[in-house]
Amino acid sequence: MISGMTQLRHKYLRHHKKFPHVWCPGCGNGIVLGAFIRAIERLGLEKDDIVFASGIGCSGRMPTYVDLNTLHTTHGRALTFATGIKLAKPSLTVIAVMGDGDAAAIGGNHFIHAARRNLDLTAIIINNQIYGMTGGQASPTTPYGAHSTTSSFTNIEHAFSIAELAVAAGASFVARGTVYHATQLDKLLEKGISKNGFSVVEIMSNCHVQFGRRNMMADPVTMLNWLKDHAVSKDNGSSMPPDSLQDKFTIGILADVDKPDYIEEYKKIREKAKRD
Amino acid sequence: MVTDLNGKKFLLQGNEAMAEGAIAAGCRFFAGYPITPASEISERMSFRLPQVDGTFIQMEDEISSLGAVIGASLAGVKSMTATSGPGFSLMQENLGYACMTEVPCVVVNVMRGGPSTGLPTSPSQGDVLQARWGTHGDHPVIVLAVSSVSECFSFTVTAFNLSEKYRVPVVILSDEVVAHSRETFTIPSADSIEVVDRIVPNVPPEWYKPYEDNSRGVPPMAAMGNGYRHHVTGLVHDSYGFPTERQDEIEAFLKRQFRKITNGFFEIQITKKINIEDAEIAVIAYGSVARSARRAVAMARSHGIRAGLIQLVTLFPFPKNTVVNVMRQCKAILVPEMNMGQISREVKRVNTGLTEIVKYNRIDGQLITPLEIFEQLQKI
Repeated sequence: MISGMTQLRHKYLRHHKKFPHVWCPGCGNGIVLGAFIRAIERLGLEKDDIVFASGIGCSGRMPTYVDLNTLHTTHGRALTFATGIKLAKPSLTVIAVMGDGDAAAIGGNHFIHAARRNLDLTAIIINNQIYGMTGGQASPTTPYGAHSTTSSFTNIEHAFSIAELAVAAGASFVARGTVYHATQLDKLLEKGISKNGFSVVEIMSNCHVQFGRRNMMADPVTMLNWLKDHAVSKDNGSSMPPDSLQDKFTIGILADVDKPDYIEEYKKIREKAKRD
Repeated sequence: MVTDLNGKKFLLQGNEAMAEGAIAAGCRFFAGYPITPASEISERMSFRLPQVDGTFIQMEDEISSLGAVIGASLAGVKSMTATSGPGFSLMQENLGYACMTEVPCVVVNVMRGGPSTGLPTSPSQGDVLQARWGTHGDHPVIVLAVSSVSECFSFTVTAFNLSEKYRVPVVILSDEVVAHSRETFTIPSADSIEVVDRIVPNVPPEWYKPYEDNSRGVPPMAAMGNGYRHHVTGLVHDSYGFPTERQDEIEAFLKRQFRKITNGFFEIQITKKINIEDAEIAVIAYGSVARSARRAVAMARSHGIRAGLIQLVTLFPFPKNTVVNVMRQCKAILVPEMNMGQISREVKRVNTGLTEIVKYNRIDGQLITPLEIFEQLQKI
């Protein structure tokens, strides 16, 4: 008798050559990958119809392990490639996974414009608040006052709130989850992928090796507890006193609006171009 | 509205002819960002592509434009972008990605004066070596240069064909003069144009190795979503497309990239020869300067100078054999360029003491005139 999870592993992970993976023991990326696989399984999508793209960094390696149409692009550019694929073949479900440096620093412009454009893509952004693969440099989401290898005397810059940025830029669906709240994560990803229009799921994750080690959270459990203590549910947050929310972040669905996506709009353009 | 332009005569700009050439070649996706003097290509594509069920998108910059173009090509649609110097600099990153992943696409660079913002409305040929070496890493590329409205059309078709056949990005270098000059041009009928499509796999998906070597060195390419699930990465990869650090696989992969282009030299290296048979002096020129050179050679002939012209359509891989053969018969070769000497370096590189190489360079934002070239020919 094979357990459900084992069946999923056999169905979605690539069998030959690609393991062991590159991630450190205890990395949150594995939880994200598990949630992603459960989400696409529950949505009943065909593997041939899914494109899974990434940029550069630890998150960039995720597509390598999954038996889908996978694409490992240049740093920060995953959404640009995803845009071309989706427009060329709208029947495909196109999902991009990125890190915080990937999506909010080098790819920040692509990110806000993809949200504004509202093409039917899903952006999964794993936010571990650090550049992990390159050795622990400060990222655009490293908190003010935190330590990194490029802010040895504390970080004097302020962090982006990626999900709120996506809401402001016009994404149709925006949610934030954490790798601690794993069951909620499955549902957020499922909703994000099935939503028509540009969807963003920001996932707060742990990098105890590169972030935690320099910020007194050198093991995964301490970091997961940090995520647990600092996450505030969207529903509860509004009833809490503002002072108590200062170093917290909201989790849950932050935006869910219905508007025509780029493909629908472009169909109208084609009709006009042929008629006029 | 007439959407079928085949066989009809128009007064077209080089930029507009390039858009029509792309459509005739089967291009159905264009992503671009506004920039002088290339914007008319985007404008025409935004108008024409929806008429033929293609897709135009204006992206947020040139980096994303080429990213989207590569993405669309991976999904099986012939794709193009067009820009000028500053945007071409931004595209170098993803141009390397297209080389590494062997994704066919066409990148047009309408050259203007540089460096930096430079001279946005003046012609230049300053980006020739950037087109060859602009992206990092050792890589082969195909670079074509166009000199007229009709060449803008026909060599854009050629660029797509070579790109599809060899699975490489092809760069077309135009310049401000070619781009904005208007000439009457009859768009050829579709059946008179040879269109090459990439080879797709005919094996079952489980047998498909997306980067497996074969006699041509060009593996069949499956479009995403057609059942051939595989991995595409900018990392050096093995025949399955997965990252590798094995020395034998790295070298085999990179050498194949060069071999597939070298195998095609005969077809890829395009030149046009005018009055070369009995020439004592040859002009080697490309782009808008080749037009001036054509006239200058005629002027020289009428003054009794046995001059000839080799117009380089393919700049890279550099058409060494053609150039060397002409070197053997000529006492001197004149290389006029709107830069400080980029192709003349190549000409000198292949000259093994066969002849004298004379440079003529102009970098003041003006086209080299026929008279200037004629005067140089008289001096030699």
